[in-house]
Amino acid sequence: MTASSGILRRKVGRLLAGASLTLAALAGPAAAQTLTIESWRNDDADVWNSKIIPAFNKAHPNIKVQFKADPPTEYNAALNARLAGGTAGDLITCRPFDASLDLFKKGHLTSVNDVKGMENFSPVAKSAWTTDDGKDTFCVPMASVIHGFIYNKEIFDELKLTPPKTAAEFKTVLDKIKADGKYTPLAMGTADQWEAATMGFQNIGVNYWKGEEGRKALIEGKQKLTDEPYVKTFAELASWAPYMGRGYQAQKYPDTQNLFALGRAAIYPAGSWDIPIFRQQADFEFDAFAPPVPEGSQKCYISDHTDIAIGINAKSKNVEAAKTFLAWVASPEFAEIYANELPGFFPLSNAKVNLKDPVAAKFASWRGTCESSIRNSYQILSRGTPNLENELWNVSAQVLNGTLKPEEAAKKVQDGLASWYQPQK
Amino acid sequence: MSTGAAVTGNEATTAAPGRRFPLHIVVFLAPAVAIYTLFSIYPLVDTIRLSLYTGDASGQLRFAGLDNFRALFFDPAWSGQFWNALGNNLIFFLIHMVVQNGIGLGLAMLLSLPHLAGGSVYRTLLFLPTMLSVVIIGFIWQLMLNPLWGIAETLMRAVGLGSFFGPYLGEESTALVTISLISVWQFVGIPMMLIYAALLNIPDDLTDAATVDGAGPFSIFWFIKLPLILPTLGVVSILTFVANFNAFDLIYAVKGALAGPNFSTDILGTFFYRTFFGYQLQVGSPTMGATVATAMLVIILLGVLVYLFGVQRRLQRHTF
Repeated sequence: MTASSGILRRKVGRLLAGASLTLAALAGPAAAQTLTIESWRNDDADVWNSKIIPAFNKAHPNIKVQFKADPPTEYNAALNARLAGGTAGDLITCRPFDASLDLFKKGHLTSVNDVKGMENFSPVAKSAWTTDDGKDTFCVPMASVIHGFIYNKEIFDELKLTPPKTAAEFKTVLDKIKADGKYTPLAMGTADQWEAATMGFQNIGVNYWKGEEGRKALIEGKQKLTDEPYVKTFAELASWAPYMGRGYQAQKYPDTQNLFALGRAAIYPAGSWDIPIFRQQADFEFDAFAPPVPEGSQKCYISDHTDIAIGINAKSKNVEAAKTFLAWVASPEFAEIYANELPGFFPLSNAKVNLKDPVAAKFASWRGTCESSIRNSYQILSRGTPNLENELWNVSAQVLNGTLKPEEAAKKVQDGLASWYQPQK
Repeated sequence: MSTGAAVTGNEATTAAPGRRFPLHIVVFLAPAVAIYTLFSIYPLVDTIRLSLYTGDASGQLRFAGLDNFRALFFDPAWSGQFWNALGNNLIFFLIHMVVQNGIGLGLAMLLSLPHLAGGSVYRTLLFLPTMLSVVIIGFIWQLMLNPLWGIAETLMRAVGLGSFFGPYLGEESTALVTISLISVWQFVGIPMMLIYAALLNIPDDLTDAATVDGAGPFSIFWFIKLPLILPTLGVVSILTFVANFNAFDLIYAVKGALAGPNFSTDILGTFFYRTFFGYQLQVGSPTMGATVATAMLVIILLGVLVYLFGVQRRLQRHTF
């Protein structure tokens, strides 16, 4: 009894010693060179694992990279918790503007001013990840997303429609689709709220507030959200309601995507990130048109929103390896791979990139014909309580639901902003 | 009389002077006290402490007294949302009290019928949703109620109610009630089981005697069974109250943390989540979140106190 238990103990001891040795062997050299990326792009995990990381490893075989993603809506909360607990990965995917600026100010992100290749980015591309005084950039810009409208080419051919250029033409097209009765003219729902604000308000609004001009005027307090351009945007949005699907108030984003991908809706107010999803799911040809311009407008504007970047966790033990990775992210090689593997995410670097997806290329081509602007609620204006972005979700959905008039919506967001933002008081 | 005397005798011996402090009491209490202190009392106290601080941009905390509570109750940016969430939470609770516990009581009565065939099958089926994940429940009901491809409209049309169908989950006037009823559907098994167990405890002699005295089924329920299960109904009510004021998951799963449309489904749990963790561009605030959590604690505490002193003490218990 005692003898056998003694043998057993010795055996277990040897086993444990062996196991800990192997663990140490595994952990030792690997830990120094393994980088973990925190991201909200769980849709892109495949592309990262099969294309982007292997491409990086061709040049840097001794640095292992792991891609770890949370669902988009949980990312900020989960990341903050992990950063506070000291268990976050080495590389942090950065949300634009204040969410990341907040992380930098709290000392969770390091400055990336000295990363090789930062000179490939224009100040506008870096604006979303630079301190207010312009001194420090804390994330390497990866991509922007562009808003527009994706349409079902087969339905347009069947009903003999041409893509509209002006708001009036847009209405005519919607009316014709509605009169035909076979298809839902506009695929959009308000249940998730952000669709209404992002694909609706920000998508068409740039044409009314004249892009950067209006965005800056709002920040400087020279314009109010109750001014004509904003009320007109809400009014235009309100006029969409009759063309949307039955029960759109309870329609969620995946419902909207399915409605279009199944060929049951003709026009889809889009973010360019939808392109790869429709490439996979839709078995019809689709194309895109830029947000229709209001009557009498000379220039067109697009929402070309700096959306995604990547920075270094200040507590990372592998800062040098992380910098090597970021330098590669800043290179033209990364831009080319990223843009083509994830069509709809447009690189922000100055490198010339050849886009192979025709619809993505069309979105990108608007950069040449229209003026680019970022979403007006992202810089500075969402720092207080209530924050402008979440307020815009709320009122845009309500305007589409018909529970708030355009003027009331404008007044509500203006009142909220003026309650804490000095230049707007 | 004799038992009373025995008890007094016992008390006299325990209180006898010069006896050593009974160490075994400490030993038996220690595990529970240690675990509750570590995982319940300490976090609670620390939450209350945190609610008295405020953080700046660099994450440094400084003492702020009751400023956070002043903001929560009186600053329109916070108080509007707080009172709205509290109001919605009350409606959420009332619907559970009336519908869930009402139906639970009814089902328990039916299940305890003496000659019910297949009782255990019904019991299992009715209890089943309780064991499913809230995320699954939310997903299934959203699909069924979906105006684009849901089955609800077809079913309603089949029974001639098609014109009453609407995007229930998407309209301000119906969203909260709809979500409450989904939750009722899921959890109706719990009051049913508790009440059913209480009903089984009632000896047949009592009902038999009442029958002999000429009482009908309604009188038996009203004058015999209901008074005997009142303590259980009290427990069910307080469980419902605490669960509803802590609720979060179903609404988060179905409507997200912004609890739309226009915060019509926002309850204290989702309001707390948004405040503490942040949402989209709203940056989370641990101190303000702790304030909301403390307010929730006080609300639940008040409710429980009202129950303990207003209801519990007046209940008569009967043992057989």
